[in-house]
Amino acid sequence: MLEQDSGLSLTIARIVQRLKGSSLHSQLERQARISLHNPEIKLESLKEDIKDFLKTSGWEKKLQNAVYSELNVFPSPCHPAAPPEHMKEPLAYMRKAQGSWEKRILKSLNSMCTELSIPLAQKRPASEQKELLNKWNEMGTDEPDLSLFRPVYAPKDFLEVLMNLRNPNYENGEQLSFRNHLGLIQVPLKVKDIPELKEDFSELDLNVGQLGIDDSAQVPPEFFENEHVRIGQKVLAEQDSAAAQQYVRQGCPTALRADLWALILNISNQPEDILYYEQLKSNVIQHDLLVDSLIYKDVKLTASNDDYYFVFEDYLYQVLLCFSRDTSVLEHFAYSSATPPKSYIRDLPSSLPFSSLVPSSGKLGIEEYAVFYPPNGVIPFHGFSMYVAPLCFLYHEPSKLYQIFREMYVRFFFRLHSISSHPSGIVSLCLLFETLLQTHLPQLFYHLREIGAQPLRISFKWMVRAFSGYLATDQLLLLWDRILGYNSLEILAVLAAAVFAFRAVNLMEVTSLAAAEAVLADLSTLKVMPLLQIFLFATVT
Amino acid sequence: MAGKVKWVTDIEKSVLINNFEKRGWIQVAENEDWNFYWMSVQTIRNVFSVETGYRLSDDQIVNHFPNHYELTRKDLMVKNIKRYRKELEKEGSPLAEKDENGKYIYLDFVPVTFMLPADYNLFVEEFRKNPSSTWIMKPCGKAQGKGIFLINKLSQIKKWSRDSKTSSFVSQSSKEAYVISLYINNPLLIGGKKFDLRLYVLVSTYRPLRCYMYKLGFCRFCTVKYTPSTSELDNMFVHLTNVAIQKHGDDYNHIHGGKWTVSNLRLYLESTRGKEVTNKLFDEIHWIIVQSLKAVAPVMNNDKHCFECYGYDIIIDDKLKPWLIEVNASPSLTSSTANDRILKYNLINDTLNIAVPNGEIPDCKWNKSPPKEVLGNYEVLYDEEMAQSDGSDRDLRSRSGQSTGTKGNRGRDSGKPVLTTWK
Repeated sequence: MLEQDSGLSLTIARIVQRLKGSSLHSQLERQARISLHNPEIKLESLKEDIKDFLKTSGWEKKLQNAVYSELNVFPSPCHPAAPPEHMKEPLAYMRKAQGSWEKRILKSLNSMCTELSIPLAQKRPASEQKELLNKWNEMGTDEPDLSLFRPVYAPKDFLEVLMNLRNPNYENGEQLSFRNHLGLIQVPLKVKDIPELKEDFSELDLNVGQLGIDDSAQVPPEFFENEHVRIGQKVLAEQDSAAAQQYVRQGCPTALRADLWALILNISNQPEDILYYEQLKSNVIQHDLLVDSLIYKDVKLTASNDDYYFVFEDYLYQVLLCFSRDTSVLEHFAYSSATPPKSYIRDLPSSLPFSSLVPSSGKLGIEEYAVFYPPNGVIPFHGFSMYVAPLCFLYHEPSKLYQIFREMYVRFFFRLHSISSHPSGIVSLCLLFETLLQTHLPQLFYHLREIGAQPLRISFKWMVRAFSGYLATDQLLLLWDRILGYNSLEILAVLAAAVFAFRAVNLMEVTSLAAAEAVLADLSTLKVMPLLQIFLFATVT
Repeated sequence: MAGKVKWVTDIEKSVLINNFEKRGWIQVAENEDWNFYWMSVQTIRNVFSVETGYRLSDDQIVNHFPNHYELTRKDLMVKNIKRYRKELEKEGSPLAEKDENGKYIYLDFVPVTFMLPADYNLFVEEFRKNPSSTWIMKPCGKAQGKGIFLINKLSQIKKWSRDSKTSSFVSQSSKEAYVISLYINNPLLIGGKKFDLRLYVLVSTYRPLRCYMYKLGFCRFCTVKYTPSTSELDNMFVHLTNVAIQKHGDDYNHIHGGKWTVSNLRLYLESTRGKEVTNKLFDEIHWIIVQSLKAVAPVMNNDKHCFECYGYDIIIDDKLKPWLIEVNASPSLTSSTANDRILKYNLINDTLNIAVPNGEIPDCKWNKSPPKEVLGNYEVLYDEEMAQSDGSDRDLRSRSGQSTGTKGNRGRDSGKPVLTTWK
């Protein structure tokens, strides 16, 4: 009891602390001051009157949404006695593994930098700045030679790392026990079983109306859809984040999705947000970063060739280049197991920051001149741009698209490429996927394992990209509705397992990894919601 | 079971041949007995020309109407639509209603177009009303973006007419004629890029009119950022979306070929603009296709041996109004990408299922109303007989509503009471 109370007060203290510096705080203050001129505000009941005023004028709702957003993003605080790094990741071996993975990435980045003798960052000459500004809306037409650049890493490199993860305190030894996990992930983490998942995802049950299901037996789909749209409009009118989050568990009507997601993510695209985006844009114009080439290369390798997303190529640059400059992204490292990489400024301090940033090893570098590189602390990898691409279907204003993406990243996507024990972290997702398959489709699991086609080798890339680029866009958006609705990525692992279940008959016939990959090469015809429902609720377990 | 269908084609495309072979049909030479001939527009001219005097028998079917050019030559299409509007106006039809500026409210769906040199004076008059407009010049007899250029000054057209007159006035037959159309300079842009729509429409008979819309149309994107500035007038990649043109651009991508499915377009528009305006746009697209077919139906030689699959080119402007640009009699069957090949294979497959029932030796006297099950990705766009018999009108409406996958009373609330009368 006492512990719960202290946890709650810690949470309150933290949220108060965080909101104090926000623009919402100053807006509330200003509104309260202005309200004093209001004849209804009486001196004798000042506090109550102002509270009433803030309530009726809608400001209370905004505060509520901001608090709700904080609660969604930050984990509940650890025991007061726990060291601060526990907020990032409670398990020491996970922290260590993440640390050495980061070192590897940074080394790879630095060596590319040295090989190509390109600085990590440099100021653009005025002429180049002007040129970039002119073609800001059509960066895709540029064809720089990127043949020497290669993605810093691809999902399969990352999988190798996860496969080698071990808990040093845990004897999972070589001796066989019947509980042995025969998948690629060999760390003991608690993952949910089907009964627990059923309870968590209870709104996906067969007898609940769902968007994305055409032939529900319970309710005529037309009737459900009309009613669902009506409720959705009501939720939007109320501007209540929590209600929106509950609502999208049953799926968003296409026409309401953009607004509902913005409400859940508490993004309102205020003038100051637009200004902030413009500042990031001018940072891009002023400085050339090595990661720009990596972003460029990634877009060219992925989205530009994609049937659904090639149209939005230019938007992806406009979002991703700004993202790499956005230092506010650094805040998410407070609760991410990852730590932003650092580089060192060599020629000192008279020159402008970044005038020339070159890699150097930590020992030679002077800590005072260390800067985070890239400025947002996130090194893009092969496929990174696919986190942005589907959002282009919803938002055509670059600044709004940008904010939505940034919020999606700091809430969800960062967990898909960092090593942690978080239930939505990629390690847990992999383990959940393998456990579901091994438990519920043991024959299929053993068969694939026998022929050297470990299922995770195929599904890993789907999960790392949150299925972006694999599913048809309408289906992907229905899936991401549920990610937002449940504030969890676990649904990715469930879907990955459901896809295997759906193709089980064909997979039982294959005799090689390549053949298994061929069976699962095209997911664009799959219907997400029926697959999830059948896997979770219609299978006898 | 009668014998196998004997087929001929003068278009050596795998999407055709694979479909014929799949049905177990037998290839024969042109001068042998054939049942099914998929021919180019050049060949159809000969088949029906007075000199050759070809007489088709009841078990022979071809893929063009004899005078399809009434629809597929832009000058004739425009002429027919103008005549159709006038007729409706004379009848006092509510469809011919005009707004306060004298524009047809429901029938203004082709950009203002003139023939040159014939309508030169009319064009100048129109141009002077709006001197900052841009116009697109297109030779009457050419396809796939050949010979097209843009002008925005009267002097350019004067120079063009001088040049062509001085060259050889005699040879300036109808072949040298041009159509000049107002250029849609406020196209809807997606991702900053211009695009047009290519939709496939199958007509099995003109009298009564029965037509089908293929659900899997696509958008064709320009590879270069759209800029309305006149300095880019010479850069055809900005303005023309023909794949034949775009393929020569540096940025042409061979994986997707600059093509985006109509379902992507719908998802994008519904997400960013809302459901009602999106439904209204698609209703209007269906509307202008049906109206264009009704406009040519009276002059079309409704030969019972014929069916035709048209490629409709439509541009959407930034107010979400669709404009009919032109209609193609022989839409390209060349596949630019893997998806394109699948699409075109299925298009031919579904077309054959409707045109040649059961893949059996045809009898062109059949009633040409195939059962719903064989439509594949086609859906009934308009069925004149159904529309005229009051009782079945409602049935058709609800059925077509179902097949488009839309719910409730879409279209009916678009503020166009007349829309209800045509479906």
